[in-house]
Amino acid sequence: MNTIYILWLRQMKKYRRSGLRMVLSIIQPLVYFLALGYGFNSIFQQAGRGSYIQFIVPGVVAQTILFTSIFWGANIIFDKQFGFHKETLVAPVSRITVMLGGALGGATIGVIQGIVLFFIALIFGFHPYNLAGVFTSVGFMIMLSLAMVSFSSGIGAMVNDMPSFMAATNFLVVPLFFLSGSMYPLDNIPGVMKVIASVNPLSYAIDAMRSSLINQSHFGLTTDFLVMSGTLVVLFAFSVFRFTRIEA
Amino acid sequence: MENIISVQHVTKKYKEVIAVNDVSFEVRKGEIFGFLGPNGAGKSTTIKMLTTLLLPTEGKLSLAGHDVIKEQHAARKIFGIVFQDPSLDGDLTAFENMQLHAVLYKLDKRMAASRTEELMKLVELWDRKNSLVKTFSGGMKRRLEIARGLLHHPQILFLDEPTLGLDAQTRNLLWNYIQQLNEREGMTIFFTTHYLGEAEAVAHRIALIDHGKIVAAGTSEELKQQTGTDNLEKAYLELTGTSVRDETLSGADSKKEAMRRFMTKR
Ligand SMILES: Nc1ncnc2c1ncn2[C@@H]1O[C@H](COP(=O)(O)OP(=O)(O)OP(=O)(O)O)[C@@H](O)[C@H]1O
Ligand SMILES: [Mg+2]
Repeated sequence: MNTIYILWLRQMKKYRRSGLRMVLSIIQPLVYFLALGYGFNSIFQQAGRGSYIQFIVPGVVAQTILFTSIFWGANIIFDKQFGFHKETLVAPVSRITVMLGGALGGATIGVIQGIVLFFIALIFGFHPYNLAGVFTSVGFMIMLSLAMVSFSSGIGAMVNDMPSFMAATNFLVVPLFFLSGSMYPLDNIPGVMKVIASVNPLSYAIDAMRSSLINQSHFGLTTDFLVMSGTLVVLFAFSVFRFTRIEA
Repeated sequence: MENIISVQHVTKKYKEVIAVNDVSFEVRKGEIFGFLGPNGAGKSTTIKMLTTLLLPTEGKLSLAGHDVIKEQHAARKIFGIVFQDPSLDGDLTAFENMQLHAVLYKLDKRMAASRTEELMKLVELWDRKNSLVKTFSGGMKRRLEIARGLLHHPQILFLDEPTLGLDAQTRNLLWNYIQQLNEREGMTIFFTTHYLGEAEAVAHRIALIDHGKIVAAGTSEELKQQTGTDNLEKAYLELTGTSVRDETLSGADSKKEAMRRFMTKR
């Protein structure tokens, strides 16, 4: 317990000391939100779908979390390259503990970024459906962030250099993001895309966020929750497995 | 005396190289054991296998009776290690690196605090305890690594070229402290070094490894007698030859070396 805490604390300290990186990682999703939100708002409204700004905020919050979390494993590559990982690998602590300490750190950072973006969106006029929904959405942010951080840690444990890591994650993050319904509603899209979106776990995360923040749902909140739980369990197990395989 | 480290017929093959080739030896409890050999001989590889970082291709290794493969967790409780390559977190302060280590090894808080202070004073880093490690010089980092490795007073301490890059004063100080630990607490020390004078002065027993094979073992007196020489350096050269081992540089060095060759070719 103490060990997980100190490993989590390590990540928090590093994050706080990272300075500019903290601010920069918010800017990209913010640009998406402002450019797309204001750019498409009137078309969306003319099509009778209501406010696009309302629609896109849950997606952009999820995107912030996705992007922060899925590159989390880069920290594991750094630990390998700077050698710190040897310190944890020979210590009498289980690899699950090591993985969990880091992953909880990454997930905390992901959720903080998501919440910051949510508050910025409030300033720009976003209004959530109700307060309970806001708290529910934080729960989903945690699940999404943990799942993505686990996945990314697993990849980080598998490969030893940054180019391979970036290739693997970039290869996945773009389709995952654009085929998830983050930018558009899923009900009137072509069949193939619909199929892809429905096997993409991120669609369910975004749907859950939309459901709790603006009360619009495509799959239903229960389905969202079940799919996300399943995804989290699988990705967590994957990561723990890869951690037990690290050699130096 | 009982054996605390046992290595039996251990072989480690990387893709093209056989780094360790059917090596067997034993280290007794309370011994200061020097593991010497030229660059690329297989010293670090052996230490990595003993400390659960690498799986051997063949053979059996145990620490205090615990098989390092089957009883990894039990084995990890027994040793501390100072690696040849850096293993500190540069984004944390010196003190935070020590603190993290204390928690990983479940040290009692008060004991950890007093030992941290003692050790950081010993390596003369106490007044820099709140500086980020990335702002330290090479020698300062090395000193911190050693202080951290000593923090939990393990039964066995592995030191892979601990004094690399340290000035003569610090080397002296450190070996004195390590000898004290060995005498006071019966801590077993397993170390490698390229400073043969150091090995001659502190090691109770020495094993020489070359091209992945043990070529000689015994006290430094025995090695000198065996080769008819009057100091360990001469005995060492007698036993391992005088050619430079540039064909088998280890780890990071080999990458740099390959890069250098690549660059100079064009
Ligand atoms: N990860 C690796 N992959 C492939 N070969 C390796 C790897 N690590 C070490 N080797 C090879 O294994 C051999 C033994 O290396 P090792 O690091 O054990 O040498 P060493 O005795 O510690 O040398 P040094 O005194 O230079 O530290 C060398 O030929 C090295 O090139
Ligand atoms: Mg070595």
